[in-house]
Amino acid sequence: MSELKLKDLYDGFRDPATIRMLAAQIGEAAKALHEPLRIMEVCGGHTHTIMKYGLPQVLPDNIDFIHGPGCPVCIMPKERIDHAIALARMDDTILVTLGDMIRVPGSQSSLAVERAAGRDIRPLYTPMDALKIAKEHPDKKVIFFAIGFETTTPMTAALLHAAIAQKVTNLYFHINHVLVPPAIDAIMSDGQAKINAFIGPSHVSVITGAKIYAPLPQKYSTPVVVCGFEPVDVMQGILMAVRQQAEGRAELEIEYSRSVTMEGNVKAQQLIDMYLQPRSHFRWRGIGDIPDSALELKPEFAHLDAEKVFAEVLPTEPIDDHKLCICGTILKGLAKPMECKVFGTACTPNSPLGSCMVSSEGACNAYYRYAGVLG
Amino acid sequence: MCLSIPSKVVSVDREKNTAVVDTMGVKREAGLDLMEEGSVNVDDYVLIHIGFVMNKIDEEDALESLKVYHEILAKLDEEERSRVVLEDDNCENRGAP
Repeated sequence: MSELKLKDLYDGFRDPATIRMLAAQIGEAAKALHEPLRIMEVCGGHTHTIMKYGLPQVLPDNIDFIHGPGCPVCIMPKERIDHAIALARMDDTILVTLGDMIRVPGSQSSLAVERAAGRDIRPLYTPMDALKIAKEHPDKKVIFFAIGFETTTPMTAALLHAAIAQKVTNLYFHINHVLVPPAIDAIMSDGQAKINAFIGPSHVSVITGAKIYAPLPQKYSTPVVVCGFEPVDVMQGILMAVRQQAEGRAELEIEYSRSVTMEGNVKAQQLIDMYLQPRSHFRWRGIGDIPDSALELKPEFAHLDAEKVFAEVLPTEPIDDHKLCICGTILKGLAKPMECKVFGTACTPNSPLGSCMVSSEGACNAYYRYAGVLG
Repeated sequence: MCLSIPSKVVSVDREKNTAVVDTMGVKREAGLDLMEEGSVNVDDYVLIHIGFVMNKIDEEDALESLKVYHEILAKLDEEERSRVVLEDDNCENRGAP
């Protein structure tokens, strides 16, 4: 049997009959739209589903997708990756992190290259393993390079909580946790963005509650539907957004009610508030600086904050993407990946020039992989 | 890709504040640090992400999803099933929105 990947499993959820039925309902509902519906799916997980299953092909022409910035690896500016590399190069250090952060290039190198060169860099299955590693190596500095949106932030807070409770003093934190609502505001606030509906990320909402999107419908007169990742979920979410728009409503609705509530996981939220606070500035790769869009450790935990403790080894220069990259424009719905001069030529998943190509959840990467779908 | 395969709680260790969960036959430990004390009990259905229980899932919904997953996973041998389930635990998109 050829190696099976999770994505193959996922095919089980592509129930063609259900998708066709939903597509027909969407087509019917879309006839009542006064203007095209340009839906931003904020989350990379949704982007992946939409592109992989060619959902644009089964939907009417007056529904267009705009792929948002919801991919934690894609939005990480190069200078932050350079931080991770600089920390990993220190003596007696073990750098630990999650996900495919390891293969993303910084300005000169990547964690994968550094690891091949002999640096002690370890991918984690769970943040709690960082605690185990710190206990096993009391003579080393263990630095947790923490990434992710609201979904993974409480796990970082839980790790910190456990480290303090267990008096582990050689575990440090480099915090890169970012927030969804400020990014949406940044995209919408200059008035250029062509977005008039949102599909809200479901797993973020499991933690934060759908309430974080509550201001959006009023602020931008857009429907917001929180939905799951299965194709059927996404189609159902689109149908709800189309109906809202057709009926002249702009409301927050939850399609993913099996896991999402309005309030979210209060215990997780309390844990975050205990240790983390908003960060006044964070540069998003492809978008630029967004005030209050990320988190940092509270001052009382400065002795565990890798950015403060090891400040002398960390580069401070911001590093922009290649000037031909139009990722910022794509994120606002003002251009499609194929309109970029370097798309698929100088910029590919194996050598990404810009943020949208960095990981499989980025818009350009998804277009590149599923170009056949686009015809 | 995030499937959000529901896991069933097999046992709870109040001392360590962890639970052993069963996801389609794959058992492993998950932290309960994000859950209110006493809120997670044996036979509950939960969603796991990077080693932690994120939330509880309504049993009816969980069973509905599991029915589909079971049909698919039935075709896999144990090693593959384990890999697929663990891959889902680390679904990057949950770190993403």
